[in-house]
Amino acid sequence: MAQGRWEHFEHMADIGVRGYGATPEEAFAQAGLALTAVVTDPDQVALKERVEIELPHDGDLELLFVDFLNAVVYEMAVRSMLFAQFEVRIEQNLLRASLWGERVNRSKHQPAVEVKGATYTELKVAKENSHWVAQCVLDV
Amino acid sequence: MDTKKLEQVTETLWKIPPSGKMRVPVLIFADEALIREMDDKVAEQASNVATLPGIVGACYVMPDAHWGYGFPIGGVAAFDPKKGGVVSAGGVGFDISCGVRTLHTGLKREEVEPVAKELADALYAAVPVGVGSRGQISLSDKEMEAMLQGGAEWAVAQGYGRQEDLERIEERGRMRGAVPGEVSQHARERQRREMGTLGSGNHYLEVQVVDEIYDQKVAEVFGLRQGEIVVTIHCGSRGLGHQIGTEYLKKMQQAAKEYGIELPDRELACAPLDSPVGRSYLGAMRAAINCALANRQIITHLVRQVFSEFFPQARLDLIYDVSHNTCKEETHEIAGQKRNLFVHRKGATRAFGPGHPEIPEAFREIGQPVIIGGSMGTASYILVGTEEGEALSLSSACHGAGRAMSRKQATKTWKGREVVEELARQGVIVRSPSMRGVAEEAPQAYKDVDKVVRAADQAKIAKLVARLGPIVCVKG
Repeated sequence: MAQGRWEHFEHMADIGVRGYGATPEEAFAQAGLALTAVVTDPDQVALKERVEIELPHDGDLELLFVDFLNAVVYEMAVRSMLFAQFEVRIEQNLLRASLWGERVNRSKHQPAVEVKGATYTELKVAKENSHWVAQCVLDV
Repeated sequence: MDTKKLEQVTETLWKIPPSGKMRVPVLIFADEALIREMDDKVAEQASNVATLPGIVGACYVMPDAHWGYGFPIGGVAAFDPKKGGVVSAGGVGFDISCGVRTLHTGLKREEVEPVAKELADALYAAVPVGVGSRGQISLSDKEMEAMLQGGAEWAVAQGYGRQEDLERIEERGRMRGAVPGEVSQHARERQRREMGTLGSGNHYLEVQVVDEIYDQKVAEVFGLRQGEIVVTIHCGSRGLGHQIGTEYLKKMQQAAKEYGIELPDRELACAPLDSPVGRSYLGAMRAAINCALANRQIITHLVRQVFSEFFPQARLDLIYDVSHNTCKEETHEIAGQKRNLFVHRKGATRAFGPGHPEIPEAFREIGQPVIIGGSMGTASYILVGTEEGEALSLSSACHGAGRAMSRKQATKTWKGREVVEELARQGVIVRSPSMRGVAEEAPQAYKDVDKVVRAADQAKIAKLVARLGPIVCVKG
């Protein structure tokens, strides 16, 4: 797959996010966009401010993925921000991510729902054929 | 759900007998129509819960159950600490102590209807709702500590509400055993500017009319009279609870491994009640219960202020406040023996029957009010705990309608603006910052709450008392 993409998948009470990419990093970044899209249209979010995330990591990509989404949820909540661009780097014991976005503007973004957290439901980070997929269900 | 896999015990009780690693049966309270609509995943998840160490009685499933993470939503499970019982963050849910409270205004429908639009606008302006809304209250570290320890009692001491409100809240408004020290800095940060906010999703603030009474005697004791106006608030512990849920879901993965607890599903993560992680979660979760109680108390104060501008004589006395995402230490009689158990209710309401010491004196002879929130634009109900409920479901009942359609499907099916207009035609005024949010919460995306409460009533886990129809709905 030349280019990453994201989608939502059905889950009764909540909603699933899924990112695809050439690398796990790209799949994570795409899933980050899917997370934003649960709240608002990512195209409506301007790239005004940058936020950095750093997370320890012990080799389990699936647990790291949930940690990553939860770190994004945390930054969204305490900064009252939405993010529309993600750059993820996974190093030996560390995940570093740069998030670009802006503060929530209720009339512009019409935020639909608040994300409470990422869960282990339908959690998967795997290489399928030529591309990586990273997914889980969010609690909203 | 395929009924062939179930053993039908009564018209409203279905059983999955223990098989494989299940330690106890699964008992589902629902009529045949609700069972058929219920997701197969509910049976699978409840059967998984039944395998956990120290589970007592059964894994009970309420009529509004649906697929959750780990535990089904609408699931009840009790564990004995002396038998290696566990506590699970996924068995409580992310929105710790999410709950409902109803206040009666003493006003008649005819008095409120002429100003319903202005009242809707004033409530919408006074109570922060939706993503990105901020409360007026910002807590210092010391105040945060006191709030986590004191719950609604703390809120009343700060001037939010009245002393007599506390008598009408589970735990008398303050959950004992809270350990604020177990609440992380991240959880506190998420809460700092969210006190007194309603949140989003299915949370709402409604002005409702008592439009049907099923049990005159009980309704009278609860102060519910046909044609009178009540206010119902549905919300939880906000960012603080969500963060605690997130952190302990992770910690319990590790703990389960360390204690050799075999998990059929990773999202069932749990820790022995009698373990450092188990104790630490209980301390943090109880602090989150206090946060939810304080939050609903502050919103109550804001609602009273608005009403006093329109109706200076209206007192808005609290009828009762229930939480439906908790794990609580309770005494239950199992096979003739009184046992100390930790009861998880995830999307399930405690429903103590007549005579229970936890019930406020005013209701003690008749049972605890059980408040069932509808979805936006549909009826809510007040039920009462029963004598039979203790043996049937450890005194637990349903909590709401439960989703019947995913959010994605709902937004494909409806537009928010159309939903608002349709509800307006039906006499329900909706105020919300997000039209997409309204579409996701469209009434038809939920199960029929009427069927759910009728099944609960028929199963005798709670008895119908009154129906509340919405007039104004403020949602996030």
